[in-house]
Amino acid sequence: MVLPEFEYLVPTTIEEASNLLVELGSGARVMAGGTDTIPPMKDGALKADYVLSLTRIPGLDYLEYDEKEGLKIGCLTKLFDIQTSPLVHEKNPAVSQAAKYVASTQVRNRGTMVGNICNASPSCDTAPILIACDATIKIHGPEKPREVKAVDFFKGVKRTCLERGEIVTGIVIPPLAENEHSAYIKHSVRRALDLAIVGVAAWVQMDGSVCKDCRIALGAVATTPIRAYEAEKVLIGKALTDELLNEASIIAMRNCHPISDVRASAEYRRDMIRVFVKRSIKKALEGYEEGSI
Amino acid sequence: MKRIVTFTLNGEPKEVITEDNTTLLDLLRDSLGLTGTKKGCEEGECGACTVMINDRPVNSCITLVRDVEGCSVVTIEGLEKNGVLTPLQQQFIDNWAFQCGYCTPGMIMSATALLNRNPHPTEREIREAIEGNLCRCTGYAKIIDAIQAAAAATNWEAESK
Repeated sequence: MVLPEFEYLVPTTIEEASNLLVELGSGARVMAGGTDTIPPMKDGALKADYVLSLTRIPGLDYLEYDEKEGLKIGCLTKLFDIQTSPLVHEKNPAVSQAAKYVASTQVRNRGTMVGNICNASPSCDTAPILIACDATIKIHGPEKPREVKAVDFFKGVKRTCLERGEIVTGIVIPPLAENEHSAYIKHSVRRALDLAIVGVAAWVQMDGSVCKDCRIALGAVATTPIRAYEAEKVLIGKALTDELLNEASIIAMRNCHPISDVRASAEYRRDMIRVFVKRSIKKALEGYEEGSI
Repeated sequence: MKRIVTFTLNGEPKEVITEDNTTLLDLLRDSLGLTGTKKGCEEGECGACTVMINDRPVNSCITLVRDVEGCSVVTIEGLEKNGVLTPLQQQFIDNWAFQCGYCTPGMIMSATALLNRNPHPTEREIREAIEGNLCRCTGYAKIIDAIQAAAAATNWEAESK
């Protein structure tokens, strides 16, 4: 496979990168690790005359925790670093788990979480947990920086809310209070290098056994990762009994518009939403044992 | 456009002239004659092309030469020292950990990176470390045996220094 010709540009500031994107228009592609850029360029699915590497821009590879704002992840932070970070394991282990579900060790050593969401695959592994945890996506634009909620970031298959010249610089995931819990479960045939048949993330805020608030996000069952709002409503204000979880899971199935493909039929995907919504909420309540990720 | 890229290759400084669209795998095999790194799927799925960049295993088939500017790259050829194989390489031989051999360099690079980072991994950690390396002879059991044997027999921290 031959990689088509392109010009590789290495801006050294985010402003320069953004200006280049405005100037070059749709023929330019932003790249961090390249794991979602090089393969589709090789097989012709992606065409770009210019590849803009962000890797020479300082200050974009970070993984920090702030008591107020939460986990901060830069656009050059590798998935492998998120997967293995003791800080992420401590503060929000489901985020580590989601990072680890992506592709393989080799890919995670180059690929970034920001790249994973910018690729905007419906089955994107890191999107559901970011949506469930109500993460904020930080965007640098030619006019001014802006922020969007993860749930509003995805607009279609391979489409995001990014306008011309805009670049995602980082992700901020709010801290989990002691009574807040999260989980992400991916259902796939192989554990590595496979896309999700479905992926389900849950975030719950508890008051004893009663669910005060919750968010459920579903992957691989619509053109974008989606929230299961109606299922959430069923749970809020009630004790999370098995019966109630079953009821919410069945309602979540109605939010789905999956396709049939080589991995699974639409019917199977919908049925697996029933199974995995319940499991992901239970997993959030149960938590991640140390060393289990 | 032709560019000069400088990096460290198997411990030696290297300066190459490259096109923007040249992958590290093609540079290694076609320009530098380092054919130990294998070409399989060419899209980051099979792991045959695994090399280490700054001590991390990556797929060289989807890595641009331009992206290794200033980095340290280690290929399978860079492991042996003065004709002596690493303990892991020797254990691959002793445990018959290959059949056709095509996945072996990639397997060894992934496993070397694991043992450098985690000298005494569990079986689960070994399996996870080679999750991105496909063996179509399905010889995984022997490969895992070899990695376990190398981990057990070696003071890996001292060896890798």
